[in-house]
Amino acid sequence: MEEKATIISLKHVVKSFEDGVVVVDDFNLDVKEGEFITILGPSGCGKTTTLRMIAGFELPSSGEILLNGEDISLLPPYKRPVNTVFQHYALFPHLDVYDNVAFGLKLKKVPVEVTDKNGNKKIKMKHLSNKVIDERVLRALQIVDLDEMEDRDVSTLSGGQQQRVAIARAIVNEPKVLLLDEPLSALDHKMRKDMQVELKEMHKKLGITFFYVTHDQEEALTMSDRIVIMRRGEIQQVGTPEEIYNEPVNAFVADFIGESNIYNGTMERPDRVRFIGSVWKCPIEEGFQVNEKVDIVIRPEDVILLPENEGIANGVIESKIFKGVHYEYIVKVGKNEVLCRDTRNHEVGKAVSIRVEPDNLQLMHKDFTINQYADAIIDNNNNVIIGEDPFEVDVTQLLKGSTLDEQGYLIGPDGKKYDLKNAPVVAEVPLDKITLSDDLSSGQSNGTIISSVWIGDHWQYIVRTDDDEDFVANSPYTWNVHDLVSIAIAKEDIAIRLKKGIEEYVIG
Amino acid sequence: MKRTLSVNERKLRRNAILHKTIGQSIIWLVLIVMYVPIMVLIAFSFTTATNIGTWTGFSFDLYKNLFQSEEIMVALGNTVLIALISSLLSTVLGTCGAIGAFYSKKRSREIIESVNQIPVVNAEIVIALSLTVMFVFFQSYILGGANVFSFWTLLVGHMILQVPFVYLSVKPKLQQMDPALYEAAMDLGCTQTQALWKATVPEIIPGVFSGLLLSITLSLDDFIVTAFTRGAGLLSGDKSIETLSTLVQAKIKKGPIPPEMRALTTIIFILVLVVAVLVTIYRNRSVKKTRKGREA
Amino acid sequence: MSSAKKSRGEKNFWRTLRRIVSFKRKYLSIPYFIFLILFVLIPIIIILVYAFTKTTDAGNLVFSFDSLVEFFSSTTKLNVLVVSLFIGIINTILCLVIGYPIAYLLADKKVNKNYVMVMLFVMPMWINFVLRTGATRDVLYMIGIKGGEHPYFATLIGLVYNYLPFTILPLYTTMIKLDRSQIEAARDLGCNPVQTFTHSILPQSVPGIVSAAEMVFMPTMSSYVISDTLSEGKLTLFGNSIANSFNNSLWNDGSFMAFIMLALIFITMFITNRFSKDSGREAGRLW
Repeated sequence: MEEKATIISLKHVVKSFEDGVVVVDDFNLDVKEGEFITILGPSGCGKTTTLRMIAGFELPSSGEILLNGEDISLLPPYKRPVNTVFQHYALFPHLDVYDNVAFGLKLKKVPVEVTDKNGNKKIKMKHLSNKVIDERVLRALQIVDLDEMEDRDVSTLSGGQQQRVAIARAIVNEPKVLLLDEPLSALDHKMRKDMQVELKEMHKKLGITFFYVTHDQEEALTMSDRIVIMRRGEIQQVGTPEEIYNEPVNAFVADFIGESNIYNGTMERPDRVRFIGSVWKCPIEEGFQVNEKVDIVIRPEDVILLPENEGIANGVIESKIFKGVHYEYIVKVGKNEVLCRDTRNHEVGKAVSIRVEPDNLQLMHKDFTINQYADAIIDNNNNVIIGEDPFEVDVTQLLKGSTLDEQGYLIGPDGKKYDLKNAPVVAEVPLDKITLSDDLSSGQSNGTIISSVWIGDHWQYIVRTDDDEDFVANSPYTWNVHDLVSIAIAKEDIAIRLKKGIEEYVIG
Repeated sequence: MKRTLSVNERKLRRNAILHKTIGQSIIWLVLIVMYVPIMVLIAFSFTTATNIGTWTGFSFDLYKNLFQSEEIMVALGNTVLIALISSLLSTVLGTCGAIGAFYSKKRSREIIESVNQIPVVNAEIVIALSLTVMFVFFQSYILGGANVFSFWTLLVGHMILQVPFVYLSVKPKLQQMDPALYEAAMDLGCTQTQALWKATVPEIIPGVFSGLLLSITLSLDDFIVTAFTRGAGLLSGDKSIETLSTLVQAKIKKGPIPPEMRALTTIIFILVLVVAVLVTIYRNRSVKKTRKGREA
Repeated sequence: MSSAKKSRGEKNFWRTLRRIVSFKRKYLSIPYFIFLILFVLIPIIIILVYAFTKTTDAGNLVFSFDSLVEFFSSTTKLNVLVVSLFIGIINTILCLVIGYPIAYLLADKKVNKNYVMVMLFVMPMWINFVLRTGATRDVLYMIGIKGGEHPYFATLIGLVYNYLPFTILPLYTTMIKLDRSQIEAARDLGCNPVQTFTHSILPQSVPGIVSAAEMVFMPTMSSYVISDTLSEGKLTLFGNSIANSFNNSLWNDGSFMAFIMLALIFITMFITNRFSKDSGREAGRLW
């Protein structure tokens, strides 16, 4: 494939809103001419904000957006050679199909050479003639398969037809880049499938760059040349659909794209990894150390079901669902679940064995191993303040052999007295030591679940509190994103270390 | 297709008819009672007697007299002029206010809306008096006693009654509007001002229009604010502006409604009836249109 | 390509400038807000100032509770207030009692499908109200009910006649939006007509009742044209008292009564707001 020129380039783009929330953080991306690029991510990951910054509806807080090498990040939308297809189409209800599509053309002015009275030639900016507008509108309607619909009121069109009008309205202006903001989300399943194919064909026909935003991984995989996966304002991975599917860089991407089994593992040797109670052969990759904790991703279709004792790990079929072409089984291996697919019919309860080709084991560095809070403070009741919430903590761990006196002052083994009030500390809490619960009064803090990933035998949640502090917690119980839960941490499970020396706090 | 109805069906149908008949009778009864005074006035507009209740023979004389009565014609002219001018100004001001507030930050919008709510709930007499007191204050402390009461004070008085309602009828249209429309217009090449005209305004036009209608109604019907804030001007020339309300009020204080006014009531009634029919037709048509749209 | 050469600082400068200078839609509300401040807020502030001051012989305004004392020690004025509240309440109840069934019937598809009927009820609103009031008085006079002899009765007829359309309209708008399937569900679950009404229809129409009452109660107390005309001056409502004080140049006393009126308005607003919020929450709980 020949190397195409870069058309859009985002450089260190940051967008933070007035309340200080950073929605897009240091976004860097080069889009090639004619490419179909998709930004994929869960809601609230900053993908739409990124698109809106390219369209000009939002100004980046810092960074540059280059179009053909020129910075357009400060231009108002009407001066940018890009057009948008909106999520809910945003057709003008007071105009018919023709006038909706012609909207942009009627505003356009092009340089025309005219001869004035004195015979001098001049360049004048003139509106397009009705004939030109007519031709272009009809051609655009043809491309989207809506010929002869031009007189219809937009309110009389079906969702799919409105969608086409929205696309025609954008492409008729011959934009350098077409921005599509979840354009298929309002359509029903069948319609969506058809439109995916059509959009891809349109992309081929028009040859312009498509910048597509969606939360639907299937859409992204079907249509895109390249996919950008975003999470919480940051790019996780950029790659072709195959790359993203086969080699996800972390558990989030693996979980988000397609179905997958994700497990906690430990490197035994450079080519051996231990998880779900067995040691598995794995490809030798750089960057993994022996004894390092890793995440392992296995796609369900890569799990091979074998008769008992013939594979690497033995288990029992716990459930099966008929999916048409294949069955989907959950095999219980120890206390872990393995999701797998097989075309053969097995009975539930059957003892089986599983095997995975080493190349199909995807090893990843762990996202989180421990929660670390670098800005914690000790208050006057010997609690540690994380964010704005106080957690009871054992401060005697700061000094070996120390005790607390009746007023709560720390007494060293040598009898020295320490006042730790307002002492800045770094607090650390292991993922397993955070207890989440529905009973909002049972914890020291409450927060909303903003992400959940199933890791073999438990969920890994990220819980965000009101004061924007994130707690990563493992839990066997199921919650959904947006659920409100309480966060409880036992006194002995919080490890703290002082930022300054303990001598600073001696009072007597 | 004919078939005999079962006993149950017949009973249900009889109940439905009964329900309808009783319901409609109640509606009509109240309606008739409500219209008695107007109808009596209309009936006696075709006779020249000073008091209603006495019939001195059928004639159109009152209509002739009506158009010859300079007093009534001036008041009528003033009423229409002030209604048109004030409602047009209020509609522009209120619509701009609603658009501006809608796109402001929540805090400033809340401030504007709570101030906007004051004239809506306030008693007309308090509005009228507070304005008058302010004008007098202005007149004696800033203008040094020069008369401030004129057409302009009357205009302000009517506008204060109208603008909050314009605001309130435009606001829901803005809320219903797809916010992406404005962005779509900009995306397709509109500047901010063009986008406002081409995307926002067409969407809120029904609200603007009903705000205008409401403003006209409020102005035509107003008495208290007019009585307090008016000064010399308009068709009344050097005399205090007389509107229909103030003129009728002055007359009925002394005696029965002047005979010519009966003719005027008839004409107003017919005009209102025509407007009502037109509004109903327009409404039915738009209802049908949206229905058709949904079916397709 | 020139813009690409701009330094970072320069770029930030332009970014800020574009944020500040560019036309913003919110600027459209500035003239409106100024208008409201000038002609709504300032007049009310002046009234409040007058309510708690008095004019000295030298012509200066000084802080005083004279108007307050004067108001609460005057039995005539207190009497007028009580009578006004009474008339206001009676009129509101009458309008609701007549208007509620009418609005329900108008919104009931089985009885009425025609919007013309609704228009007929609203139409009198468009005929000049002073004229309408005069007509009512003359017709009542014609059938022998003289305002001078029956001031309360005549006034109440005039008030109901005038405010009925204002009651029917908000009630009708709520009724048309009644959740018919909820009413059917109530019936399906075994409610008899009375229970259906108290459990489903009435709670659903509370917002309409509240806004209808709001439209009637306060204006009844303050608008004096109807009572003046129909009682032939025999019945004085609170609005008359305020107007009379000002006509007699008793600005401080008049302002204090206007202040009482404002206070009453805010109290009713507070109550009705709570009412409609509560009912809103209740309606929300149903789903």
